[in-house]
Amino acid sequence: MSTNPTGVLVGFARTLRHAGVAAATPDRVQTMVSAVDILGIEDVYWAGRLTLCGQPDDLPVYDAAFTAYFGGEKPSAKPAARPGPPRVAVPFASGPPGDDTEADDAEQIVGLSASQVEVLRHRDVAALSTTERAEVLRLIDLLAPATAPRRSRRHRPAQRGAIDAHGTVRHILRNAGEPTRLLQKQRRTKPRRLVLLLDVSGSMTPYAETLLRFGHAAVRRRPAACEVFTIGTRLTWVTRALRHRDPDSALRAAGTAIPDWHGGTRLADSLRAFLTRWGQRGTARGAVVVVCSDGWERGDPSALAEQLRRLSRLAYRLVWVNPHRGKAGYAPLAGGMAAALPYLDEFVAGHSLGALEELVGVIARA
Amino acid sequence: MTIGPGRSPASPVELARALAAQGYLADEGLATAGFLAMRLGRPLFLEGEAGVGKTAFAQALAEATGAHFVRLQCYEGLAVAQALYDWDFPRQILHLRAMEARGERPDEASLYDRRFLIARPLLQALEQSPCVLLVDEIDRADDEFEAFLLEVLAEAAITIPELGRITATEPPLTVLTSNRTREVHDALKRRCLYHWVEHPDFEREVTILRTRLPEITDRLAAQVATATGRMRGLDLIKPPGVAESIDWAAALSALGADSLDPEIAAATLGAVLKYREDADRVRATGLATLLDA
Repeated sequence: MSTNPTGVLVGFARTLRHAGVAAATPDRVQTMVSAVDILGIEDVYWAGRLTLCGQPDDLPVYDAAFTAYFGGEKPSAKPAARPGPPRVAVPFASGPPGDDTEADDAEQIVGLSASQVEVLRHRDVAALSTTERAEVLRLIDLLAPATAPRRSRRHRPAQRGAIDAHGTVRHILRNAGEPTRLLQKQRRTKPRRLVLLLDVSGSMTPYAETLLRFGHAAVRRRPAACEVFTIGTRLTWVTRALRHRDPDSALRAAGTAIPDWHGGTRLADSLRAFLTRWGQRGTARGAVVVVCSDGWERGDPSALAEQLRRLSRLAYRLVWVNPHRGKAGYAPLAGGMAAALPYLDEFVAGHSLGALEELVGVIARA
Repeated sequence: MTIGPGRSPASPVELARALAAQGYLADEGLATAGFLAMRLGRPLFLEGEAGVGKTAFAQALAEATGAHFVRLQCYEGLAVAQALYDWDFPRQILHLRAMEARGERPDEASLYDRRFLIARPLLQALEQSPCVLLVDEIDRADDEFEAFLLEVLAEAAITIPELGRITATEPPLTVLTSNRTREVHDALKRRCLYHWVEHPDFEREVTILRTRLPEITDRLAAQVATATGRMRGLDLIKPPGVAESIDWAAALSALGADSLDPEIAAATLGAVLKYREDADRVRATGLATLLDA
């Protein structure tokens, strides 16, 4: 150990933060320093683990960072801020490339852009050019997917409804024991939880970005009542990454969090992981659950059916979004999709902006 | 061995020993977590599978330190009136009527007296020192309650508008548990020490079973621990926790079994597996293979 133990500990916390443990904040580092004071430097492992970690996902990262840092390796220098991919700015009125629009007056611009948006709305996002895609992504940001409210267990004062016994008696006491009027109360409403499970496997590559962008719009709309996960070969919780206000940095953060971009598909395994770690315990209970996937399942379709049966029993409504559904001549015959159908409340397309707008409606009505 | 009120253990090992005397066998991480929570005066945030002994830990901690034990079970819509305090309205009105009958002028001060205040768990925890406060399944409560709990924990005091401020002589040692049905707010987690409670390993589980159920044989304890350990590896909907293995061993002992064989295991499977799918899967794997030595 060096002459300055606090410096060493702070350096360790920095390493940990870079490794992805978000909870290693300065005030927690202070707690760690006092914990090390109490326990002694030989128990620095537990002192750090108990104070710097905040969720089970942090623990393997912590162990790795601990070995790397105290095993003699030096913490890597702070990486230079990575410039993000250039953001393509597209004015609302711009036409698709090659389309020469010489607009003279404002009225014409508005007319043109509205019709272009109309065209874009129904085109498959997989077939769009870069500029068109950027425009579609921008329009997705304007969507505000939100579930219908449900009645909560809390009450508020109201003009009609059940008698509020507590309030009435308090009122009587305030009037020196004279009963003057009955107060009433009604249930408050709360947004129903929305859970998005987005497939980011190889076969969904053309749609993954738009779907994540849709997820970002949903999280931004209701940060406390929406959870987003990606599925593929494994399950990743990306809600926190998507809470960034700016959609580009949110997607970049989500991108670093997802280890299995464009990988294979193990839908049943990912769903099982979701149900075991989150769904069964409450995340899916009474929620509107939206699965966005093409239903390509490498494994046994009956395993997928089993997980969906569990999910449909927990969820309030189960919606499946399949980009291929929007294509002419598509029939849900692929093993996974056919196995899933009996458990779905809604089966919708999600291949274009228009289809996503429809999905917003389905979520709101669910 | 109890540590005794007003005295905190000198080391995690001493705390583990005191907990063991209460029949709770904590591993190194959990004992260190409890020790640090006492020394730093921080709440302890425990997560883990259902049935790994999060709630039992808080109870054992209270017994080991000779502190009062107060439990607050969270649920959605939990409000101040159920968590903190409530006025006993019927008694207040009776008091008012009695004063009127005696021809006295009703006065505010006598109406909002401490004797008309009903202390709910949080207030109880502040009034009884020393105290271990267990806030169970905080993830079931809603955001409003979380914010409010944060305030009470930070100050170790509450202000009742009609009565004044009530401060704890010694802040309660708080243990929060969560089953992760939703992510608890960072502001709350930031104040706490965090620990993930694991399933115990084989030796520890055997010792736990022998401690909790002294009447069962060593052989039965080892067999139950082996079988539940293997069940945890089977990818079940609800893998059995320690609570389930204790239940199972108790059920077997109630039937007078001194060892586990496939027939009696099949008959008592309901004590350890709570889903039909799980029971089917275990039967398909073969009960005999689970019990192999």
